[in-house]
Amino acid sequence: MKIPVFRTALVTTASFLPISLLLLIIFLVVYSWPAIQYNQFHFLWTNDWNLGNLYGNPVTVNGHQIMPGAKYGIWFLVVGTVASSVLAMLIAMPIAIGAAYFLSEGIRKTWAGPLSLFVDLLAAIPSVVYGLWGYALLVPLFGHTIFPFMATTFSFIPFLNGEAGSGYGLLTSAFVLAVMIIPLISATLRESILMTEPALKEAGLSLGLNRLEVFWHIVLPKLRTVLIGVGILALGRALGETMAVLMVSGNALNYLPNNIYAPISTMAAFIASQLDSALQDPTNMAVEALSEIALVLLLITVVVNIAARMMLWMAKVR
Amino acid sequence: MAINVLEEQVLPKMSTPKKFKVSLWRRLMTVFATVMVIGSFVFLAAMFLSIIVDVLIHAWPALNIKLLTDITNGIGGGLKNAIEGSIIISLGSLLLAAPIGISAGIYLSEHGHGNAGKLLRFLSDVLVGVPSIVLGYVGYITMVIYLGWQFSVAAGIITLTVMLLPYIARSTELALSNIPLSVREAGYGLGAGEGRIVFKILLPGAAPAIMTGLFYAVALSMGETAPLLYTAGWSNYMWTGNLTKEPIGYLTYVIWTFINEPFAESHMLAFAAAFLITAGVLMLILLGRWYMVRAQRRMGAYR
Repeated sequence: MKIPVFRTALVTTASFLPISLLLLIIFLVVYSWPAIQYNQFHFLWTNDWNLGNLYGNPVTVNGHQIMPGAKYGIWFLVVGTVASSVLAMLIAMPIAIGAAYFLSEGIRKTWAGPLSLFVDLLAAIPSVVYGLWGYALLVPLFGHTIFPFMATTFSFIPFLNGEAGSGYGLLTSAFVLAVMIIPLISATLRESILMTEPALKEAGLSLGLNRLEVFWHIVLPKLRTVLIGVGILALGRALGETMAVLMVSGNALNYLPNNIYAPISTMAAFIASQLDSALQDPTNMAVEALSEIALVLLLITVVVNIAARMMLWMAKVR
Repeated sequence: MAINVLEEQVLPKMSTPKKFKVSLWRRLMTVFATVMVIGSFVFLAAMFLSIIVDVLIHAWPALNIKLLTDITNGIGGGLKNAIEGSIIISLGSLLLAAPIGISAGIYLSEHGHGNAGKLLRFLSDVLVGVPSIVLGYVGYITMVIYLGWQFSVAAGIITLTVMLLPYIARSTELALSNIPLSVREAGYGLGAGEGRIVFKILLPGAAPAIMTGLFYAVALSMGETAPLLYTAGWSNYMWTGNLTKEPIGYLTYVIWTFINEPFAESHMLAFAAAFLITAGVLMLILLGRWYMVRAQRRMGAYR
């Protein structure tokens, strides 16, 4: 029998993709196993990250060597990650829908091409440049002008009142994240709008609706699944974003935000900023606990992405 | 007479047709929606321009020839080593990721219609969603610690390769699946084998689209920071050619560490690095698009 060399080679190289995903999960589980055993599940909902006394002698607790007083709890990271991503989604969704409508139906086709370049190039800007922009432009602007104004104007709404803070914090992170994910949502949505059957739109128009009403009452409900799918996809991107959040979030430690101006930290940003200090721990438990955070983050984003892809598959969007 | 009666009965109604009235609420909502739609696009354009202008204004005083000829010292200097490092890391990861990604893309488009192909496609989409810092951390615990490579070029390149693979695979798949089936059938009808068809017919036809995907991949890898922080490390010196045990500098690292220094010179350097990276990335994306459009005009390449 002739061995299909070419096809075997293709299958081998193609299997790199799933294998690398599996290896990611396996390596993280293996490496953080001591931390998982030591921390168990209250890791997720205790609010206490403390590397302990790094100059003391390691003590043995439940069969694991740790530094005296070391505690690992990441509830503040869970809250910060979820709050900033959800807030970013709330800001991003309406703007993305509006921009998608504007570029697909609102203007002439000849103008849509060049103008959509703004949105596409926005998606290509590196996240660290977003962070720099947030750090240099948004943080001073928000901290000095906009947040104090908002805090006094909306003083009757919970979470919008209270201390206006320094500009580093939840709302700034959510704003930067929103600008980063809008192009993602908008691009997919725009393609789906263009692919909607013209007959549907014409039926609506012939009933006397204007084009915006056709979009709102006919096209958008039809694209509900796409909208939810691409929204979850963007949520996954926001959950895992590191550099931009790291530079504008204020890097709070063991602190739960009491309003939307308060400093936060997210899992991804925390991993990036804490490895240096975790390496000071001679028992290595701190590095393993960080790897447990990475594992939690990976599992969350994998679940979120699977959910999003399922939705998009049902809607037959590529 | 009968006609007159008819006219009297019908004409008055016809001469003043009842005007269809749009309710005030609908008109208000339409105006509101129009403002929102235009406003959201203006918002996006304003954000894009403000990023570009902000970076350009701050970087302007630092843009001189010293950037290209000097290496960084602790707080200032030039960016020669970082520029070199960024190029080495991007090209290195492209060299590794392109062959694997393209052949995975060929598999997906030519044989990916069964359950195995669907699963593979699904998993590669999930791999796209893995946060880059997680990739960096896994690179750190496997290559930097376990294999003992320390902060090194190889660890950075391999981490970025894993990140680029799904992008290249999916863009190649899309490019190939746009080639009509009859082209393949013509090839098989002439007695060509599968390898010959892929290399002589499909790949040349899809080359512009695949190239555009590769341009995008390079742009993506140039702009990444998080996966490199704990794999490639940082070095103030030029690369001496060791793949392992020698850290390397790259532009995105300059941006996020130098902006935290208290010196004006460091800040200027951070903005200069941001300008170079942004300009490079946007140029690559535009170049990719231009190449695609030109190829389509010239030879009607498949999209």
